Amino acid sequence: MSKSTVENNMYGILAEFRNPKELVDAAKKINQNGFKKYDTFSPFPIHGIDKAMNLPKSKLGWIVISHGLVGLIGSFAMIYFMMVADYPLNISGKTLLNIPAWIPVIFELTVLLSAFGAVFGMFFLNGLPKFNHPLFNSENFKKATDDGFFVCIESDDPQFDTEKVQTLLKDAGGTNIEEIYDN
Amino acid sequence: MSKTYEYVPEPALVKGNHDFKSLTALITDINMRPTPKGWYIAFGISNILLFVLLFSIGYLIWEGTGIWGLNAPAGWGWAIINFVWWVGIGHAGTLISAILFLFRQDWRTAINRFAEAMTIFAVMCAGIFPAIHVGRIWVIYWVFPIPNQMAMWPNFNSPLLWDVFAVSTYFTVSLLFWYVGLVPDLATIRDRIKSKIGKVLYGTFALGWRGSNRHWWNYEKSYMILAGLATPLVLSVHTIVSFDFAVSLIPGWHTTIFPPYFVAGAVFSGFAMVLTLMIIVRKIYGLEEIMTVDHIEKMNIIIMVTGSMVGFAYLMEFFVAWYSGVEYEKAIFILRATGPYAWAYWIMITCNVISPQVFWSKKLRRNVAFTFFISIVVNIGMWFERFVIAVTSLSTDFLPSSWGYYSPTFWDVITYVGTFGLFFTFFLLFLRFLPMVAVAEIKAILPQADPHNYDEKGEFNPPKVEIPEPVKDSEQKG
Repeated sequence: MSKSTVENNMYGILAEFRNPKELVDAAKKINQNGFKKYDTFSPFPIHGIDKAMNLPKSKLGWIVISHGLVGLIGSFAMIYFMMVADYPLNISGKTLLNIPAWIPVIFELTVLLSAFGAVFGMFFLNGLPKFNHPLFNSENFKKATDDGFFVCIESDDPQFDTEKVQTLLKDAGGTNIEEIYDN
Repeated sequence: MSKTYEYVPEPALVKGNHDFKSLTALITDINMRPTPKGWYIAFGISNILLFVLLFSIGYLIWEGTGIWGLNAPAGWGWAIINFVWWVGIGHAGTLISAILFLFRQDWRTAINRFAEAMTIFAVMCAGIFPAIHVGRIWVIYWVFPIPNQMAMWPNFNSPLLWDVFAVSTYFTVSLLFWYVGLVPDLATIRDRIKSKIGKVLYGTFALGWRGSNRHWWNYEKSYMILAGLATPLVLSVHTIVSFDFAVSLIPGWHTTIFPPYFVAGAVFSGFAMVLTLMIIVRKIYGLEEIMTVDHIEKMNIIIMVTGSMVGFAYLMEFFVAWYSGVEYEKAIFILRATGPYAWAYWIMITCNVISPQVFWSKKLRRNVAFTFFISIVVNIGMWFERFVIAVTSLSTDFLPSSWGYYSPTFWDVITYVGTFGLFFTFFLLFLRFLPMVAVAEIKAILPQADPHNYDEKGEFNPPKVEIPEPVKDSEQKG
């Protein structure tokens, strides 16, 4: 990282691509060039871009299953406490530990907690909500939620060099190349 | 055996010559245009009905459940019927958004946002009834496991308590699923809208979404897990609703067929409701290229299938009643078809069993006006199904000396009518302020979205339909 980019507070360099195919090819190329701190942007998820960007498997599954287990064990413990330990009700001598009848509530609470894990875990992994971001300074970037396909190589990347990155993006077919500043 | 084969290619999911930009404009411009006059009229009418609902609930709380037509022997009436009816309608939304997603039915993207919104508002309408029917609504919190002044806990062995957990979980999960789907589309509006207030509001709810593929990667995983969670959830919810009846000992209720039969009925009525709303909306907002006749046809097939399942369940109930050898069980089914409520029973049979069978005809399946008519007939039929189940079994059960005829009162009727006010108030707000088609999802099913549909130079090269050779007789034998 050159000294000037730090002083300039540069976030990264943004380039636009024409379509999903070019974006995937560009991601492949950037990845092959050894960049780590970059991201691609598209209005919808693109098939196969995870491989092109060499993304690691999402950790979300682990978050969901841990929430689900808390729901499962927690709801059982709650019902056990309420129906057996804290206020046992003797109904014609029937068993207090009536597990079959508890299944519906245990199931529902397991699903509920898992869903919380799936939604809030996803936002957590994505670092959202994040209401401002240097990329929002770019007027052109507004197309990313409409029909624009973008790549941004971040200045944090150890290989980052303004000129090198600009040529790389241009060679990959990028247009509207602009420097993004964090201010 | 000689036969001429004709290869029918899969119809395009989005009609017309749309690209990403035109789809964004088609859908989100609806939210950014000035409000149409017709919307205010519809919203005004819905608001009046909403006030009718609020007033009738207010009077109910003031006066007590005696204002309804409930009395011995029928202690359950319109409130439970309306509850089951509205919850059932909601199920189609989850079916479309979750189950069809897991089955990779890409056509669902045109209607899933819409149907999920319907689910949420239908469950709100449903939830009102069990809450207000308790009589002393100020202690409704007793249904939740919250420490209270009696130091007692709710009874987790009771189906009515299962219902509380099932419906509240269902509402929460549906809302989360809907919101997750909305986030990228809210970001689309945030980036397009001109007004300052709009920018702040849409921007807040879009949570700073910027379409990063590192985010989409987790997002898609989350969406799939939610679909996987919502699928057993939706089946469990109507199963538990049917347990309200099936776990009791009343003849006609105490049957094991209830869970699958209720779920099939729920999907049946829900699809009909989606069609009713969709046929109006696609016309008014000019979305015929997205919600095409092909969609209507596919939904009609689902209505036909689930309608036949419901019809089969009616037959099976009769068979099992006879086969069980239980006198009361046999009697109630004969009474349903011939007794004091025979009129309701035959309305139910006509609307639910006979009417969907017309969709064997391809011509009628693709007829929009006719579909609209049948969708309303089906919803009437499904309301009567719940009426027949709830009312006949209670009013003519074990002891003929305690039989009675149940009729609703004025307040029963206007509370039900009022729930339409609640439903349409929210639905109209949804149509006005939120993208009614999942913009990001529908873009992803365009042929332009698949990187494989581009040539080496990066030019779009639409996939050619390969017509397979018909299998020759000799090959079949070999």
